[in-house]
Amino acid sequence: MKLQKNEKLSVEEILKNLESYTPKRRGWHWREPVKDLTMGQFTYKEMSRPLTQSESLPSAKYFENIDPQPKAVITTEIASGRFEDDIRRMRMAAWHGADHIMVIRTAGQSHYDGLIEGTPQGIGGIPITRKQVRAQRKALDLIEEEVGREINYHSYVSGVAGPEIAVMFAEEGVNGAHQDPQYNVLYRNINMVRSFVDAGYAKKVMAFAQMAQIDGAHNANATAREAYKVLPELMVQHALNSVFSVKVGMEKENICLSTVPPTAPPAPSMTLDLPYAVALREFFDEYRIRAQQNTKYMESDTREATVTHVLNLLISELTGADIQSTITPDEGRNVPWNYNNIAALATAKQAFQGMDGLMEMIELKKDGFLRDKTREIKERAVLFLEEILEVGGYFHAVEKGFFVDSGYYPERNGDGIVRKIDGGLAADTVFEKDEDYFAPVTGFFGYNNVEEQYVSPSDAIGGDTLEHREKIVYIDELDPEDNVNRRLEETRKYFTREHIRPEVEWAGDGVILQTMMLPVDEMTAEAAAVEIGRKMGLLDVEVVHKEVLQEAEGTLVEIKGRVAFSLDAKDLVIPEKPEVFSDEEIRADIEKHPMKIVAGTLGNDEHSVGLREIIDIKHGGIEKYGIESIYLGTSVPVEKLVDAAIESNADAILASTIISHDNIHYKNLKKLCDTAVEKGVRDRLIILGGGTQIISDLAVDTGLDMGFGRGTKGSHVATFLVKKRRELREEE
Amino acid sequence: MNMAEKRKDDFNIRRAHLAELSDEELKARFFSLAEEIVEPLIALSKKSTSPSVERSVLLRMGFSSLEARDIVNHVLDLGLMGKGAGNIVLKTAEKLKEDYLKVGREMAEGKHLDIAQTIFKGGK
Repeated sequence: MKLQKNEKLSVEEILKNLESYTPKRRGWHWREPVKDLTMGQFTYKEMSRPLTQSESLPSAKYFENIDPQPKAVITTEIASGRFEDDIRRMRMAAWHGADHIMVIRTAGQSHYDGLIEGTPQGIGGIPITRKQVRAQRKALDLIEEEVGREINYHSYVSGVAGPEIAVMFAEEGVNGAHQDPQYNVLYRNINMVRSFVDAGYAKKVMAFAQMAQIDGAHNANATAREAYKVLPELMVQHALNSVFSVKVGMEKENICLSTVPPTAPPAPSMTLDLPYAVALREFFDEYRIRAQQNTKYMESDTREATVTHVLNLLISELTGADIQSTITPDEGRNVPWNYNNIAALATAKQAFQGMDGLMEMIELKKDGFLRDKTREIKERAVLFLEEILEVGGYFHAVEKGFFVDSGYYPERNGDGIVRKIDGGLAADTVFEKDEDYFAPVTGFFGYNNVEEQYVSPSDAIGGDTLEHREKIVYIDELDPEDNVNRRLEETRKYFTREHIRPEVEWAGDGVILQTMMLPVDEMTAEAAAVEIGRKMGLLDVEVVHKEVLQEAEGTLVEIKGRVAFSLDAKDLVIPEKPEVFSDEEIRADIEKHPMKIVAGTLGNDEHSVGLREIIDIKHGGIEKYGIESIYLGTSVPVEKLVDAAIESNADAILASTIISHDNIHYKNLKKLCDTAVEKGVRDRLIILGGGTQIISDLAVDTGLDMGFGRGTKGSHVATFLVKKRRELREEE
Repeated sequence: MNMAEKRKDDFNIRRAHLAELSDEELKARFFSLAEEIVEPLIALSKKSTSPSVERSVLLRMGFSSLEARDIVNHVLDLGLMGKGAGNIVLKTAEKLKEDYLKVGREMAEGKHLDIAQTIFKGGK
């Protein structure tokens, strides 16, 4: 099975023969940096091996559509709760440069004592099961071939079933996972002894499968009352999990510290965030940094979130990030919508592309505030560790509420999380191994009484599942109701052109967003917006964002709602894609019948970039075919354009107009045509209009031969000119 | 939940012994303290097991998650966690001179538990 870029990835195909699917590979993949990468007219300093297929930024069209790929792995988090819909999102994300797909688990899975099987629907994520993992890995195996770069698949090895999940992940080719026993203890209230015992075994399996590990320290940012004060503790949490992992046998290059710039404007965030980032990088220079974006101070404003995230990306650029995670700009208001995954990825890519080479021009100061502050944070972290030992070690420190206290350590506010050594979920479930304890498997941690006759413990069973895949027992479904086949009965049709319905989360959810400015106060605006949504026929209308523009003058409101209908593509009038002749055909025609055009921007319009692109040979414009172009400049009166065409005996007029206020663009184009009619030359002139706001049908209504809108290239215009002139000749 | 201690920021007093350390020395101290804290946790993990650890062993041996769950529950009831669930399945299969996967599946259903009991408690 190979993907075609213009065909949907079939969920049915993915589900077929899943029981015998073998993932392509094991282990994490880092991007491959390319020194002095040349793309288009530029040489990049910090980019990696390009993709074979991708979606570049919108403005890339001005730069030969290049899509340089930053050197950091870029993450997107997917949390819809239906793995079959996540697959589509993964593919879109990969085309926009994601190579780390982090699948969020359903709420409550960390307390589930064992593996979940089948494909039940989740809340805020999917239940991580073998079938779902295998299906998603299979899809990603296809997608990574399509875009030409390995994609890392990632989920969570935390909770009360860590070792089992780690084994299942190793078997299924999962490439990375969160694993940090402190997360269990502090945020999931799972017994601390159990959590640390399990962690050794889970990490050992992850090391065996060369998975990358991400720790859980960043959660302290999100939990603490004042996130920017927990910095010393964050260093401590990173250290404990990292050193524990190394001692289990994990390579430092696969141990990633999850770090978030703790603050956001209006706080002076650089002043608070940068010294911490520097301190962390300096202490942990042998480890990898996974830079997350701030969520703590996210509200419903996607613009505000994006600016904060760009500032976070600046920190990544200044201090280095091996994995750049992204947070969707709408996470402050709802479960991430699919197109916002793309927005977040594009933000990261765009920022890194723009900042490429920055560190060759600037450097961080070696003295003054930054140095002093960095040193202070490090010292506070050292003092924290000292006090853990003073009170008798980690477990005692947790019992005394050392962690997630909002005080700036050694200050304490007494609001830390307190857990008891014999408390929490799964207390008293740890057993000491006897002398004759034996586990006949690979990737096993700690004491194991392997008989002398065996080289590897798994020799006792003729090899285990990590060596012989065929030994894995695959369970398809356990719940006859809650599974993907049942869901697809409802949603399958929304994967086709016969049932087109908007979608933000699940196939066929019908959700759309509407933005409106209402010239009234906030409370009135909110009520009015909901009513407007209802009158538009939307169901379940909800205000998702509002912003006071001025208390009395106006409020910006965004509402979401569902449309209850779907459309069949066959009932739609879909304009055909513009026909484009080959360069050779156009050139041959022009050589045989030389062509001349006059061009200019109309009326009071100084925007000439678009027109120059259509004409200039260096932008692939029509001159390259040998069409003689007389460019009259900007803000040319219509009279002058027509007269110049007559004087030079031109074949065509190309008029460009950008300004669309009060429909001035169509009015001017109509005037142009009328003038040509008045002067008796309309029949022998081809008149074309172009501009970003031009819709071809409306342009033709003004009397033009054709209108060209956004995305037009010289080849489109040349094709039309050649074709139209042939028609005119035939008429003669 | 017990209230944790409150304390004013006494950083400037506490840091006195760190003030003279170079950045490199401070870093070395940071990691040696972290190792000292982690060492007993590693030792604890090495010598211990848990239901999830044992299920993870059974999965690797070729049992399904459902079978692994049932076998470990029986091992818990027998009080034999210290022997290792995989070990118990293997030794029971040896005794019965049968394939361990077959025997394990039967043990998941509650069979042969008396044999396991005899092998491990009787033998000691």
